[in-house]
Amino acid sequence: MIEIKDIEKSFGDTKVLKGISATFETGKTNLIIGRSGSGKTVMLKSLLGIHTPEVGTISFDGRIYSELSKDEKRKLRTEIGMVFQGSALFDSMNVEENVGFPLKMFTDKKSRVIKERVNEVLDRVNLKDANHKFPNELSGGMQKRVAIARAIVNNPKYLFCDEPNSGLDPETSILIDELIQEITREYDITTVINTHDMNSVLQIGEKIIFLKNGIKEWEGNNEQILETRNKSIVEFVYSSDLFKKVRESLLEEDDEERSNDLHLNK
Amino acid sequence: MKQLILKEIDDLIIGSLGIVAFISFFIGGVVAIQTALNLTNPLIPKSLIAFATRQSVILEFAPTFISIIMAGRAGSYITSSIGTMRVTEQIDALEVMGVNAINYLVFPKIVAFTLYPFVIAISMFLGILGGWLAGVYGGFVGSDQFITGIQTDFIPFHVFYAFLKTFIFGMLLATIPSFHGFYMKGGALEVGKASTTSFVWTSVVIITVNYIITQLLLS
Ligand SMILES: Nc1ncnc2c1ncn2[C@@H]1O[C@H](COP(=O)(O)OP(=O)(O)O)[C@@H](O)[C@H]1O
Ligand SMILES: [Mg+2]
Repeated sequence: MIEIKDIEKSFGDTKVLKGISATFETGKTNLIIGRSGSGKTVMLKSLLGIHTPEVGTISFDGRIYSELSKDEKRKLRTEIGMVFQGSALFDSMNVEENVGFPLKMFTDKKSRVIKERVNEVLDRVNLKDANHKFPNELSGGMQKRVAIARAIVNNPKYLFCDEPNSGLDPETSILIDELIQEITREYDITTVINTHDMNSVLQIGEKIIFLKNGIKEWEGNNEQILETRNKSIVEFVYSSDLFKKVRESLLEEDDEERSNDLHLNK
Repeated sequence: MKQLILKEIDDLIIGSLGIVAFISFFIGGVVAIQTALNLTNPLIPKSLIAFATRQSVILEFAPTFISIIMAGRAGSYITSSIGTMRVTEQIDALEVMGVNAINYLVFPKIVAFTLYPFVIAISMFLGILGGWLAGVYGGFVGSDQFITGIQTDFIPFHVFYAFLKTFIFGMLLATIPSFHGFYMKGGALEVGKASTTSFVWTSVVIITVNYIITQLLLS
């Protein structure tokens, strides 16, 4: 479980995170949602230790990050896997080297052992026969799979994904979402995912935090989000015309039912 | 690490040899021809053509001019490759994996550039060779006279001076473009801008440092 309390982060004069508190649960896919520029990436990078919040605490199963010693921080790092927005695969390395890289850096495993583990995780993300390909030879979906494989190769306790669906077609997006959710359950990982994709929200939103202008505007899950009356959420969820029409027709049906009920009652 | 260093040597040093050889050879030839055409006084020995070629190639042309070329060739490559890693979050990825990204990316380039004096030695040799060919086959000077000329008033300290500054320029070529790539912000468009800015700065610093070293050592 990851708990954040009142974190604030600024760049120069602009405050991007304005005091956010939240809990991310173990074995679940926790979503951070919000418009572009709402601070999702900054929030995730603050959890990762790439950004340091000026105010607030972040605790990983009780370990408060800012109070850890250098060695403890390093140990915590080895327990974190990250899938970056554009996959961030190393261009100069092939798939196998990319996935094995964290093991080479964090462990003193022999290269034969590393290779076995790499094949195991590549298998897990359904990517075969791509070991010797370079990132620029892979499709977006395959790159994402490699990035996920690289993030889970060292058996992380915490997995962070920044917009894992960006740049993918809807079908591939769903497969990637499902993969992340399966892995989260299978290995009991605390997974935090940034997204603005409504499909993901509905499909894997076991816990959802909605950010708006650096503030946590709403919190709930994928069932509650459809029923909420929170104006910002409604605007966000129904931002596309298609969704708006669906909502309108649902509301109309509701009204009809209600008037039917009234007739019956008479 | 060893692999990374070998890769940088291949990209930055070996990869630059072609253009350096081409430019050195022809500029050496042009320097010889220019000197010959300006030597109208019959009292001045023709061997001076060789002397002038040697001095300009060793003192300025090879170390300084080629370094400016390298700021374009190797420097832009360094800035754009590190800058691309920055904007595509590969540097963040390294740091998440506990890697000291500056060390990992810049150190191999610095090591590769310790071989830079060899590039400049080749440039010096080819420059003078170009001068000899252009001088002799252009009918400006006899081969014997040219050979005598390049041995006239040879001052070993000049060679020391040339290689000292070459070494310093090499370190500048490895670090300034890396810095520009590493600390850049933005997207793909900014990578291009960062390369241009990095080229300008690297050139300006090289030219200024060249002036300072020359003032300190030769005057
Ligand atoms: N390194 C940075 N320096 C300055 N401003 C930044 C930096 N990173 C993000 N920001 C700003 O913080 C805000 C939130 O950005 P971000 O977290 O990337 O949004 P998103 O929700 O789309 O991921 C944006 O206004 C962005 O310009
Ligand atoms: Mg983002």
